[in-house]
Amino acid sequence: MSRLSIATPNKAQLTVERLYKDLERRIIASPPGLCPVDLQLSFLKLCHAQTCGKCSPCRIGLGQLQNLLEDVLEGRASLKTLDLIRETAEDIMNSADCAIGYEAAHMVLTGMEGFMEDYRHHIEHGKCSCHITQPVPCVALCPAGVDIPGYIALVKEERYADAVRLIRKDNPFPTACALICEHPCEARCRRNMIDSSVNIRGLKRMAVDSARANTVPTPEKAESTGKRVAIVGGGPGGLSAAYYLELMGHHAVVFEEKGRLGGMLRYGIPNYRFPRERLQEDIDVILSTGVEVRLNTRIGNGEGEIPFEKLREEFDAVHVAIGAHTDKKIGIEGEDSRGVMSAVEMLRRIGDDDMPDFRDKTVIVVGGGNVAMDCTRSAIRLGAKKVGIAYRRRQEDMTALPEEVEGAVAEGAELYTLKAPHRIEADENGCVAALWIEPQIIGPIDAWGRARPIQADVPLQRIPCDIVIVAIGQGIETRHFEESGLSVKRGTIAAMSDSEVGNVKGVFAGGDCVTGPATVIRAIASGKVAAANIDEYLGYHHVIPCDVEIPPVTYEDKEPCGRIQLSEEEAGERKKNFDAFECGMTRQEACQEAGRCLRCDKYGYGSLKGGRAAIW
Amino acid sequence: MVKLTIDGLNVTVSEGTTVMKAALELGIEIPHLCFLEGINEISACKVCVVEMEGKEKLITACNSAVEEGMVIYTNSPKARRVRRSNVELILSQHDCHCATCARSGNCNLQKISNDLGILEVPFKEEVPKVPWDDKFPLIRDSGKCIKCMRCVQICDKVQDMRVWDVQNTGSRTTVDVSGNKKIDASDCTLCGQCITHCPTGALRERNDISKVFDALADPGKITVVQVAPAVRTAWGEELGLTDNESSEGRMVAALKRMGFDYVFDTNFAADLTIMEEGSELLERLEKPGKYAWPMFTSCCPGWVSFVSRRYPKYLRNLSTAKSPQQMFGAMAKTYFAQKKGIDPHNICSISIMPCVSKKREASLSYMRSAGAGQDVDIVLTTREFVRMIRAEHINPKFLKEQPFDSPLGESTGAGVIFGVTGGVMEAALRTAYAVVEGHNSEPDAFREVRGEKGRREADFQIGGKTLHTCTVSGLGNAEELMQDIMNGRVSYDFVEVMACPGGCVGGGGQPIHDGSEFALERGNKLYELDRERQLRFSHENPEVQKAYEEFLGAPLGVKAHELLHSEHVNDLVYNTHNYI
Repeated sequence: MSRLSIATPNKAQLTVERLYKDLERRIIASPPGLCPVDLQLSFLKLCHAQTCGKCSPCRIGLGQLQNLLEDVLEGRASLKTLDLIRETAEDIMNSADCAIGYEAAHMVLTGMEGFMEDYRHHIEHGKCSCHITQPVPCVALCPAGVDIPGYIALVKEERYADAVRLIRKDNPFPTACALICEHPCEARCRRNMIDSSVNIRGLKRMAVDSARANTVPTPEKAESTGKRVAIVGGGPGGLSAAYYLELMGHHAVVFEEKGRLGGMLRYGIPNYRFPRERLQEDIDVILSTGVEVRLNTRIGNGEGEIPFEKLREEFDAVHVAIGAHTDKKIGIEGEDSRGVMSAVEMLRRIGDDDMPDFRDKTVIVVGGGNVAMDCTRSAIRLGAKKVGIAYRRRQEDMTALPEEVEGAVAEGAELYTLKAPHRIEADENGCVAALWIEPQIIGPIDAWGRARPIQADVPLQRIPCDIVIVAIGQGIETRHFEESGLSVKRGTIAAMSDSEVGNVKGVFAGGDCVTGPATVIRAIASGKVAAANIDEYLGYHHVIPCDVEIPPVTYEDKEPCGRIQLSEEEAGERKKNFDAFECGMTRQEACQEAGRCLRCDKYGYGSLKGGRAAIW
Repeated sequence: MVKLTIDGLNVTVSEGTTVMKAALELGIEIPHLCFLEGINEISACKVCVVEMEGKEKLITACNSAVEEGMVIYTNSPKARRVRRSNVELILSQHDCHCATCARSGNCNLQKISNDLGILEVPFKEEVPKVPWDDKFPLIRDSGKCIKCMRCVQICDKVQDMRVWDVQNTGSRTTVDVSGNKKIDASDCTLCGQCITHCPTGALRERNDISKVFDALADPGKITVVQVAPAVRTAWGEELGLTDNESSEGRMVAALKRMGFDYVFDTNFAADLTIMEEGSELLERLEKPGKYAWPMFTSCCPGWVSFVSRRYPKYLRNLSTAKSPQQMFGAMAKTYFAQKKGIDPHNICSISIMPCVSKKREASLSYMRSAGAGQDVDIVLTTREFVRMIRAEHINPKFLKEQPFDSPLGESTGAGVIFGVTGGVMEAALRTAYAVVEGHNSEPDAFREVRGEKGRREADFQIGGKTLHTCTVSGLGNAEELMQDIMNGRVSYDFVEVMACPGGCVGGGGQPIHDGSEFALERGNKLYELDRERQLRFSHENPEVQKAYEEFLGAPLGVKAHELLHSEHVNDLVYNTHNYI
């Protein structure tokens, strides 16, 4: 008899491990719109299977909670049942030995708080109030509702120009989104259930790289209505609204305070991520519809500015899409020293080709979002000797996309995580000499599931540097609009979900100035929504169609197959200039990747409810 | 053209053809349950699965297009096993008490299960039970629903009423009234198209047969039955009768054999309707400023329900003439009762209709003009009528033909064609023309209103004026019509709408043939009857003329108004809810 032995997992254990992974991916791909009570019940069932069986609250209680939830779902429960569920869950939480029991009960309580209405609806109506409205997960999650399975099928058939036309039905910035969209569409891709999500953005990139947007003509415009719409702001939101309004036969006039169009696409996103000439391709197409542009024109009461009231008088409707372009300050000592710069200012200068000189400088960027990464990587390209990122939480807590953080690190950025800025030290000339930081330790988790940093019990640290870039968020310049009668709430313009600014007739607003700083695709979606509702407001009902025929499904079995990732130029080379470094797919890659799409537009619920909105 | 092989046989079909249709070219009928061509091609039941060579997963024949060189096996061991398994799974959640099901013998699930030799189901029985208001004229039995979604689709795509929808998610997914409503508060017009397109007995009309048998058995009751025009075109279908065997005379004989005291024809009331509605049209044309335009027909209760639910502002456009069913009921309990010296309270007025909506129409609180309860007491569908014939073990083949009784039994060809789309319009035009011009037109002068298209326009010259007409069947087409009218895109004088595609011949109360539409064929039978009738103009119906002479006075007169007209009101508000 051996006294000890080395434990090796058996086949059953290994298989279960694999199934756990499958389940994780499956949960990721959970379709939107499911009944939360039904899901709660299945979670409980899993929790119950995990119980060791020692303690009665967990062994029996989790089972009895399932029975009670089953009663709710089967229409056998009364409102009293809800009290029993809550009390039982509380009792399990308060008495189970270990997390298997008390966390399972905690999940039930969280659910009762989060979707009490659904519980009640089941009890009062004997049925669920949930409804799957958009059966195709990627389309459901794309704010602009782009026909993703449609254009993927077109890319598979190498019909790239048709793909661009199809995308443009819902999004007039196919190039921008092909290069820099945060691709919320990929999050719940059903392909996750097999292996991993389809590289949707990569396939869109294949389309716009192979059929440049400015070579694909726009659809015919509707007959002119003689109506004129003023658009304040020439960013993605404003230009999207302008494009669709022109297609509908209204005349759009865009007022842009800066010297060039593009908004954050130009003044926020650096060239290496989105080359200016590629941005111009989208803009040229939009302008080709007849959009009129007034550059260097500010809306306001100052000299040379146009008062908002005048727009309202002269136009049939006004759309405000001014974005979020003002700085946010940290509010620490020394922030006014020379060498402290806001991210907005830095990226704006780069956008206007007025490159800051960072040669031989040490640069510290404060912040952990995508903008902070853009600043970091731009600073490296501007010749900085050393660039560091100071962030008060951990790397995994950064709001920037993980690949952006990894890219910055690969290009040589230092991460100073768990370092909260304390003060900026200036030299005798008032120039930045160092950033003093307060070390943190990661602490309790807040209500949103994010770990909060708390001050570490160690002395302040000094990081010597010449430049500090503050990238902790942007604000919105709402003052003039507020004075003109638009309602403003928490620093953003209070527009409704149909883009209309409730308190002023004929005025619409959308994009970052309504939502706060967000993504380009959300800005585009807001432009689309505004165009549709302005059209209705003006008394019309134009539809935006697309006559591209979508390829039928093919019958290949869907064998598991890895996801094609886009490659990048090597870090050491790309950091030397602002050139684009992401490489598109080859035809072989694109064809294989497009073949991974499960065509949820044709299979599953899509075949019942229709997989696409052919017009809007 | 695409070449492929199915079960070892070569076939060439045009591009885009489904495997199911390609197989049919070879005489191979692939079993299917949920498929309904052009309406429901969602491959939900997975019964039509077939094996495609070189592919692991099976494909569904109903909605998979052929590919060049495809090799298909419709009965490979894998296809056979999966098909069987899927039917067994469906059966595990289906109430399989076929003996007590209205669709027994006419149920595709039953047939497929029998064909596949399924004698027991290896799975646990899990039949869902959702409560339903069994007084409502339309009954949904959740235990029999196989979630094929046909009802959702027919109501959405053809009727555009969107009454049904998918309810709940996950394993609890089912079909229920949309928008979390109860059926009697929904937009349901009771057109019954969901019933006639349900593959099982999950949807049916409320069964009112026993009430009729009770009335027949009650010695104190005089039973008076009327039969709608479309019924005679379809009653023989399920009884296996030829067209000759299922004549009007044998239908009358069957009813007499059952013991009805008087067997009358709704066609008589159709002629009466024309007298009233035709006169009303002329009256409106004379004083155009006084009325809302266009004038709508009002004989279809599904359409009247549609207007009251969706476009209540247009209720005043409806002709105030009651439907033939209700005119008949009012006349039976007044004119007929007086003539025969019967206390109208002792009359049980029964109608046999191709329609489910008629059950609600008869129960409306303002359909009591005769002062002896509801003017029509009980409404049976054609299907219930057929069931009664079976229950009474009557074989109509051996019955001698008998005529309808008098005085409410005589009818003209104009009354006959009420049962087909365009019929009311055509009948009204025949009489209106004669009244205005002083002489009859050719009987078929207005045949332009006939046709298969869901919406047809025609202009006619009457009295030197052009009458713009539009004829519509199917509520989806009616919705488009209303949108066009509301938005000023069209302008008509007279519009006929029937809720069911093809008119009453395609009605929701007619015999069911899974996957086939019979409206056209039945409609042609009515046109044939019209051609064969001696009299083809409503105003020439001698019994109608007599009724005016003896009882009603003149069309649109005081008496006629009292008995034969009503202001149409929102039937959601005025529904008596006792549904008799």
